[in-house]
Amino acid sequence: MKIHEYQAKEILRRYGVETPRGEVTDEPAAARRICDELGGRCVVKAQIHAGGRGKGGGVKLAGSPAEAEELAGQILGMQLVTHQTGPEGQKVRKVYVEEASEIVRELYLSVTLDRGRGMPLVMASTEGGMDIETVAAKTPEKILKEWVHPHLGILSFQTRRLVAGLGLEGNAGKAGAKLVAALVRCYLDTDASLVEINPLVVSGDSRVMALDAKMSFDDNALYRHPDVQAMRDLAEENPMEVEAGKHGLNYIKLDGNIGCMVNGAGLAMATMDIIKLHGGSPANFLDVGGSASQEAVASAFGLLVSDPSVEAVLINIFGGIARTDRIARGVVAGIAEVGDVTLPVVVRLEGTNVEEGRRILRDADFEFLVADGMADAAKKVVAAAKGGK
Amino acid sequence: MAIWLDETTRLMVQGITGKEGEFHALGCRDYGTQVVAGVTPGKGGRDVDGIPVFDTVREAREATGADATMIFVPPPFAADAIMEAAEAGVGLVVCITEGIPVADMLKVQEYLEHHPTRLIGPNCPGIISPGKAKIGIMPGHIHRAGRVGVISRSGTLTYEAVWQLTNLELGQSTCVGIGGDPINGTNFIDVLAAFAGDPATEAVVLIGEIGGSAEEEAAAWVEENFDRPVVGFIAGRTAPPGRRMGHAGAIVSGGKGTAKEKMEALADHGIHVVESPAEIGHTVARALGA
Repeated sequence: MKIHEYQAKEILRRYGVETPRGEVTDEPAAARRICDELGGRCVVKAQIHAGGRGKGGGVKLAGSPAEAEELAGQILGMQLVTHQTGPEGQKVRKVYVEEASEIVRELYLSVTLDRGRGMPLVMASTEGGMDIETVAAKTPEKILKEWVHPHLGILSFQTRRLVAGLGLEGNAGKAGAKLVAALVRCYLDTDASLVEINPLVVSGDSRVMALDAKMSFDDNALYRHPDVQAMRDLAEENPMEVEAGKHGLNYIKLDGNIGCMVNGAGLAMATMDIIKLHGGSPANFLDVGGSASQEAVASAFGLLVSDPSVEAVLINIFGGIARTDRIARGVVAGIAEVGDVTLPVVVRLEGTNVEEGRRILRDADFEFLVADGMADAAKKVVAAAKGGK
Repeated sequence: MAIWLDETTRLMVQGITGKEGEFHALGCRDYGTQVVAGVTPGKGGRDVDGIPVFDTVREAREATGADATMIFVPPPFAADAIMEAAEAGVGLVVCITEGIPVADMLKVQEYLEHHPTRLIGPNCPGIISPGKAKIGIMPGHIHRAGRVGVISRSGTLTYEAVWQLTNLELGQSTCVGIGGDPINGTNFIDVLAAFAGDPATEAVVLIGEIGGSAEEEAAAWVEENFDRPVVGFIAGRTAPPGRRMGHAGAIVSGGKGTAKEKMEALADHGIHVVESPAEIGHTVARALGA
C-alpha cells in the first residue's frame, strides 16, 4: 500500500526525522493562510501516489501567500502526468503547503528489502534530487549500501560509515546519524516495504531534513498497523481494483479487450503472455486466488463484464487449492447474476474435481466455448474478440 | 528416484482442523502419502478421519515419528508454526500459507540458520514425487512418474507444465514449488543441486516470474554446475512495470527483473528458453531427443 508524501512525513516525524513545517489542504484559500503562517514563502506540492511530480508541474514555489493561493488553485484538480502515472495522469485532490527551505546540499537515502540477501538494505548517495535508478546505472560507485540485520537493526558503525560517505560532518554528521537510525527503525516498526527520502537536504544551519518522502507498506502486514491502514486513499486507486479487493480478488486494469479470469498469479501472467503471443491484448489481470469462494468468482465475473472495453472473456483455471467445481459454480452464478451475457466466454478447466467442473458448465444455461489447453484457449478467445468487433 | 520426498516420508499437517487443511491432508493421504498426524493448538486428542490431532508439533513428532510437515496455518501465525516445526526437529517443512508478512519471514530465515530444517515455500503448492507421495495442494492425477524435474515460483503455472509433460509421457521425477514470496526457504539453486544428485532426473523445467534476480542466478549456476538440459519459462512479459501481480514477488521495479531481461539471461547461460507457456513440454521433448 502506498501513502502520500504528507502522510509519510507525519510517520517519519514520530520517529524523530526532521521535516520542513507544512500542512495539507484541498482548498486554495487555505493555502494562502498556511503560507502566511509559514512566514510568507512556501512550496505548493501536489499529493498523488506517483513520483516525478516536480517535472510534471505539480510542485511550485510561492513567494507570497497570494501566490500560494493562486498556485494551489492551478494544481488542485489538474490531471498531473508524470513518468509514473501513465499518459492519462492522476487527478490532484490535495496539496501540501510547506515552508521553503534553504538548501546547501541534496542527498539520497532509502530503506528497502534486498530479496537476494533477504535483508533490509539502506542506500545512500550524494547524488540527491536525481532519479536514483539513473545514478545506479551510470555511477554505481556513488551509491553507498549497508545491509541491516532484521533484529539488531542498523549498527552504529554502519551508520557512521554512511554518514562519512555522505560527507556529513560536525552537527550535520550528528543529525545525519540520528536520521539514518530513525529511518531504519521506522522501516522495521511499520512493516514498510520502502522508505525513500529524495532529496534529503542539509540546510544552511546544518540541519538534515527530509524534503520529500515516499513510503509503501507490506500489504500482508497491514492487519497489525491500523494507523497505517487508515491512511489508505482509495481515490488514488482504480475503482474496479478497489471493488475487486473487497471480494478478495487481485485485479489490475490493462488496456486490451480480452477479459481474463485465472487462478494463480503465475498462470494469470502466462495467460496474458500467450494472448499477446496470439495477437490479442488482455483487458486485465485477474487472479481469483487460491481459496476463491463461489461468491468471489461470481463477483469476479460480474467485474470482468462490467468493463466496457471487454469484448471476449477467457477463463483459464488449473485447479489445485481452488477446486474447479467451485470455480465453475461461481462462473455460472456470475452469468445468472449479470443476466443477458452476450459476450463470448472461452473456458479452459483442468485439475482438482475437473469432471464435476466440466459437468456444471455443460449443464448451464449458457453456451461456453470450451478450450483444450492454453494455446487453444488463446486462439479461440483472440478470434472471438475480433469477431465481436 | 526422487528428491526430498518419497513413499517412506511420514507427514504431519499443521492446521489440519481447518477446512483447507483437512481437505488437502486427506488429498495427500489419498495420493499415497503416509499422513500420520495433525497439529492444531487446543484441539489435541481429536482425530480427522482417523488422523490423530496433537496440540504441539513436538508431541506429534514424538508420538508418530513424523519427519515432514505441511502448514496450513493462517498468515499471522504461520511463521511461528514454521519455527515450532524446526525446533521440534522436523526435517522438511512445506508451508502452503499465502500472505505471511515479509518481516515474519525474515525472522524465520534467521531462525532456520540455526536448525537443519529444509523449508519449502511459503505461498507455494508444495512438493510431489509422482507415484510415491505428495505434500501439497497440487492435483495428483495430472502427474506421472518420469524423467523431468520441475522447479517453479508459481503454483498453477506449474500444473500447466506438469500436464504437458504427462501428456507427452515424459513424466516427472519430483516437482518443487518454491513459492512466489520475496523471502522463501528454498531457492532454484537448492533444488537444482538436489536434482544434480538424482540420476532419475534427466532434464529440468524451471518456471520463473518477473521480479528479483533468482532466475538469473540459477541460470549462471546451471552453466557452471549442471550438465543436463534445462528448459526455462518466465511469466509476466506483458505485465506493466511497478504493479504487484498477485505474488508479492511478482513485481517489476525500475526495469529490474523484467521477463525480457530474465529470458535473455537464461538463454545466455545455455538454458532452452520457451516463449509460449504452451510449448514447455515439447521443448523438453526436443532437448531430450524424445
